[in-house]
Amino acid sequence: MSAELTRLTAAELAEKIHTREVSAVEVAQAHLDRVAAVDGEVHAFLHVATDAALASAAMVDEGLAAGTAPASPLAGVPLALKDVFTTLDMPTTAGSKILEGWRPPYDATVTSRLRSAGITILGKTNMDEFAMGSSTEYSAYGVTRNPWDTSRVPGGSGGGSAAALASFQAPLAIGTDTGGSIRQPAAFTGTVGVKPTYGGVSRYGLIACASSLDQGGPCARTVLDAALLHEVIGGYDPLDSTSIDERVPSVVEAARLGTSGDLSGLRVGVVRELGGEGYQAGVRASYEEALRQLEKLGAELVEVSCPHFEYGLAAYYLILPSEVSSNLARFDAMRYGLRVDKGASAEEVMAATREAGFGPEVKRRIMLGTYALSSGYYDAYYGQAQKVRTLISRDFAAAFGQADVLVSPATPTTAFPIGDKVDDPLAMYLNDLATIPTNLAGTAALSVPSGLADGLPVGLQVMAPALGEAVMYRVAAAYEAARQAEDGGPLINRVPSLPGGVA
Amino acid sequence: MSADPVTPGGDTGITRDEVAHLARLSRLAVTDAELDVFAGQLEVILSAVSRVGEVAADDIPPTSHAVPLQNVFRPDELRPGLTQEQALACAPAAEDGRFRVPQILGEEA
Amino acid sequence: MTAPALVDFDEVVERFDPMLGLEVHVELNTNTKMFCGCPTTFGAEPNTQVCPTCLGLPGSLPVVNRTAVESAIRIGLALNCEIAPWGRFARKNYFYPDMPKNFQTSQYDEPIAVNGYLDVLLDDGTTVRVEIERAHMEEDTGKSLHVGGATGRIHGAEYSLLDYNRAGVPLIEIVTKMIPGTRERAPEVARAYVTALRDLLRALGVSDVRMDQGSMRCDVNLSLSPRDSGILGTRSETKNVNSLRSVERAVRYEMTRQAGVLLAGEPVVQETRHFEEAGGSTRAGRRKETAEDYRYFPEPDLVPIAPPAEWVEELRGTLPEPPWERRRRLQAEWSLTDEELRDLVNAGALDLIEATVAAGAPAGEARSWWVAYLAQQANSRGVELAGLEITPAQVARVIALVASGSLNNKLARQVVDGVLAGEGSPDDVVAARGLAVVSDEGALVAAVDEALAAQPDVAEKIRGGKVQAAGAIVGAVMKATKGQADAKRVRELIIERVGA
Ligand SMILES: [Zn+2]
Repeated sequence: MSAELTRLTAAELAEKIHTREVSAVEVAQAHLDRVAAVDGEVHAFLHVATDAALASAAMVDEGLAAGTAPASPLAGVPLALKDVFTTLDMPTTAGSKILEGWRPPYDATVTSRLRSAGITILGKTNMDEFAMGSSTEYSAYGVTRNPWDTSRVPGGSGGGSAAALASFQAPLAIGTDTGGSIRQPAAFTGTVGVKPTYGGVSRYGLIACASSLDQGGPCARTVLDAALLHEVIGGYDPLDSTSIDERVPSVVEAARLGTSGDLSGLRVGVVRELGGEGYQAGVRASYEEALRQLEKLGAELVEVSCPHFEYGLAAYYLILPSEVSSNLARFDAMRYGLRVDKGASAEEVMAATREAGFGPEVKRRIMLGTYALSSGYYDAYYGQAQKVRTLISRDFAAAFGQADVLVSPATPTTAFPIGDKVDDPLAMYLNDLATIPTNLAGTAALSVPSGLADGLPVGLQVMAPALGEAVMYRVAAAYEAARQAEDGGPLINRVPSLPGGVA
Repeated sequence: MSADPVTPGGDTGITRDEVAHLARLSRLAVTDAELDVFAGQLEVILSAVSRVGEVAADDIPPTSHAVPLQNVFRPDELRPGLTQEQALACAPAAEDGRFRVPQILGEEA
Repeated sequence: MTAPALVDFDEVVERFDPMLGLEVHVELNTNTKMFCGCPTTFGAEPNTQVCPTCLGLPGSLPVVNRTAVESAIRIGLALNCEIAPWGRFARKNYFYPDMPKNFQTSQYDEPIAVNGYLDVLLDDGTTVRVEIERAHMEEDTGKSLHVGGATGRIHGAEYSLLDYNRAGVPLIEIVTKMIPGTRERAPEVARAYVTALRDLLRALGVSDVRMDQGSMRCDVNLSLSPRDSGILGTRSETKNVNSLRSVERAVRYEMTRQAGVLLAGEPVVQETRHFEEAGGSTRAGRRKETAEDYRYFPEPDLVPIAPPAEWVEELRGTLPEPPWERRRRLQAEWSLTDEELRDLVNAGALDLIEATVAAGAPAGEARSWWVAYLAQQANSRGVELAGLEITPAQVARVIALVASGSLNNKLARQVVDGVLAGEGSPDDVVAARGLAVVSDEGALVAAVDEALAAQPDVAEKIRGGKVQAAGAIVGAVMKATKGQADAKRVRELIIERVGA
C-alpha cells in the first residue's frame, strides 16, 4: 500500500486524499517511510521534518473530515523543499557551512503559500552551496546521488529536489533556477522542472544567489503536477519588488489541454545555435526524435536563429558572480551564522569565518564578481555583459516573433560521474549552455523527459516568452503524453530500484 | 590593482597578487595554497568570459533588470517586525539587547 | 611628526581662497524605514525596530517606501532641482559591521534630484546662492557602542555592541557644488547654508532636522587655493559636524590648519577628518591601506523609479511657502525690524513663534517668550531652542493662562520650568504645584485691606490721586499671597478699596 502511494502522481494522490480514499497522514507516512528506506543511499534531504509533516497532514485530514473544501487542489500532497527557502520550523542552510543550524525567524513567501495550500512539507533538500553548481557536489553537506545511477550526479544546484522526485521520496518539489538549476537536474533525473518567468514566483525568503536571475519554480514527475504546483506558488507578492502584478498564467488548464495531444497550428522554433556541436551524440539523437514527435503532433517546426546565445555563458558568468559577490557579503559572522573567532578585530573574524564557511566554488565566484565590478574593469566585464543580456533578449524577441515556443536539448550531456568535473570549473559551467539564455532574458522554460541516451535520462527544453507559460505547458504535456504512449508508460517507471527501496 | 584597459578576449593575466587583493576586498582569508589554485582558475574563467568583449555593443543599452517594471512602491505603513529576542536568537554573541562583535577597526561612527 | 602651526585666520584669507562644499544627510520622518515596514522612532530599546529586511537576513528583500520618494522629490523641488525622469538604486559595496548587508543601497549614481540652488541670507542682509549638485535617497546604518578603552570611542575598544534600529531609516543626502568666492565669510556661509536648509526641511515637514539627535548631519569639504590663482587645492572632508556652531568652527579650523600645512611647504592630504566638539578642531581618521573601491552596480532587487510628470507636479503643489518669503511676510505681520527678524531667524525661533501664534497666542507675547525666557533656558541647558522640551502649543497655553488672569508672569515662568522639567502639560504643572493666582476675591480683598491698614500714609496718597503709589501696596499684597495674586486685579482692588 505504502509503496504504491509513493508511485502515484500528485494529482492522483490529491484525488485520493480529497475523496478520503486515503488520508493525508497515510500519504505523508508512506513518503517518510520511503525517505527512511532510500535516502541513506540518495541523500536528497538535508533535513526531514517528520513531526511537522505529519501534523500538517493531520490538519488537512481534519478539515476534510469536517466537510471543509481542500485548501488547494494539492492539499495533503507531500513536497520536498529546496533548502534555499526560509522556513520558520526547519533549519535553512542553502547548502553552506556558514549557515549551519540557522533557524530563520520568518517563512519565505513560497513556504507560506505551500503551507496555506495544505501541502505537506517533508523536509529540505540538498543543493550546491548557495545554488552555485551543476552537480550538487558543491554542497557542504555531501553529494546527492542520481537514482538512475548512484555513481552519477543528479545535476544541480537543485539535485536534492530532483533526486527526491526520481527516487519516489516525494511527488512534488520546489527548486530555484538561476542558470538551469531546476531544468538541468530535471533532465538528469528524468523529471519535469520549470523555470517560470522572472517575477512570476516571489523571491521573498529565497536566499539569493544572483538576484536578477534567480527564480523559484515547481518540480514534479509529470507536467500536470508541475502545473498544479506552479499555480500554488506563483503570483504577485508585494514583498518582492520584482514580482509581476498579474494573474498567474492558467497552466493547469494548458497542461490538461496539451494531454489531448494536438499541437496543430502551433509554431515550434528550433534554435539553430543550440543542440549541435558540443552536445553528446545520444542527447542529439533524442532531440532529433523529439522534433519529429512534435511534428507528428501537428506542430510546425520553424528554424530560428539566436546569434547572441553563444555569448550567454560568458555574460552569465560575469553577471552572476558580480551579484553573488554583493549578495553574499552579508555572511560576515556578526548577526547570524558561523563565527570563527580567529583574530582580534571584526575584520579578521569576518575574513576567517568566510574563509572557513564558504566552499571553493563560492569563493571563486565571489572573487570573480569582485573583479568584474572593480573600477577599471566594470565596463569591459559587467557593463559589457549587461549589453549582451540586451542582445540575448532581442534574439528571444525576434525568435518569438516567428514561433510560439522554442525548443532545444535541456543539457549538452546526460548525468556525469560524481567527481568528474568538480575540479574543472569551466567544464562544469558548460552544463548550463542551453538553459542560461532564458535566465538572462527573464523568460520562461522547462525541461520535460525525452527518453534515455545510454541508459540515462535526457531532457527536452521548451522555452516561452515572459508570462507565456501556458503554451509552454501545453507543448510539454502533449509531448509527454505522446512519448508515454510510444514508450508504453512514463519514463520515470524505468528508474532502477534502490537498495533500500521495496519498489 | 592596476586599472589598465582590458583587451577583450585577450590575455587577462591575473596575478597571484591580484587574487590576494580580491580576497582582501571580499574578506576571505585564503591560504597561500589556495591563492595559487584560484589564480590559475580565475585566469581560465576570465579568459573565457572576456568573450563578452567580442560583441560590438556601443549603441546597445545595458539590461540590469530582466523584466521592465518600474515605480514599485509600498505604502508608508508599519508592518510587524521581529522582537529583540527573535532578532538576537541566531547571533553568535549578544549583550544588553545588542549584537556583540569583535573590536571594529575603522572610522569613528 | 608634529603638525604645522595653525595660521591666523586673517592671514589665511589674505593668502588663500577657500573652496567650500557641504554634504548634508537628513533622516526623513516617515513612519517606516526606506525599504521595510519597521518604525523609525528615535530612542527605542535596541533591536526592537528590526525585521528580516533591515537586519539583512538571508532571503529578505527591499521594497521602496512611497512617502520617502515623495519627500525626496519635494526636497528636490524646494531646492529648485530638476527631478530625474528615471533612475535606479545602486549597491555601494563595503564591509562594515553597522551595515547589515555589507552594502548600502543608495541612489549615488542616478540621483532623483540634480542641479538646484538655495539662496542663503547672511547676517548683513546679503544673499549668497549656494548651488546644489544633487539630492539622493539612501539608507542609514545601525549604531555601534564601543565597550572598553576610552569611553564610547572606537580606538582601544575591546568589542562593540550593535543596534540596528536605525539601519534602513531613509536618508536624503544633499550635496552642494563647490561654493567659490566666500573668502573670510566661508565659515558664516557654511553655517547660514545649513541653517537655511534646516529651516526649509522643517517647513517641508519631511524631517525632524535635529542635529543633536543625528537626524541632520553635516560633512564639510574644504580646500584652499593660493589667492586668485584659480588652482584647485586638495580637499579634506570633515565628518561628525553636528551643530550649526560646529559647522562654522569646522570650516574656520580647516582653513587655518590647511594654510599652516601649505605655508610649511607640505601638501594637504586628501582625507577624512573628524570634528572634535571639545576643542573645535579636526583630526585625521584612520588611513586606509588601500583606496576604497565600492563596486557600485544597479540594485537588482529594486526596479527603477520613473516619477511621472503629473506626480511631480502634484508634489510641487504641496510645497510650503519658501522660508525666505515667509520671513518677509512675518516681518510685515509682526512689524519687525530687519535686525529683530534676523535675531529670530538665527535663534531658530521663527517657526516656534509662528506655531505659538497659530495655537492662539498674540504675536508679541509669543515672540517675547521665545526670545527671552525660553532662549535663556535653552542657553543654560546647552540645547537649541527647538530642542527644549516644550511645544509651541504649551507656550500658547501659558500665555492664555496669563491673559485670563489665572497666572501672573512670575507664576507663568514657574509653569514653564515645570513643563521643561517634565512635569507634564502647563495645566498639569499648575495643578501639581498649586500655582494658580489667588482668585478668591474675598481673600484678596482681605489682603488688600490689611496692607492698606498697615500703610495708612500710602493709602492716603492713593486716595489723594497718586495712583502710582499703589505699587507699594501691590508689593505687600504679592508678598502676603506668596506671589500667587494677579497683580492687575490687586491694583484694581486697591483703587476700589481706598475709594479713590
Ligand atoms: Zn525592518
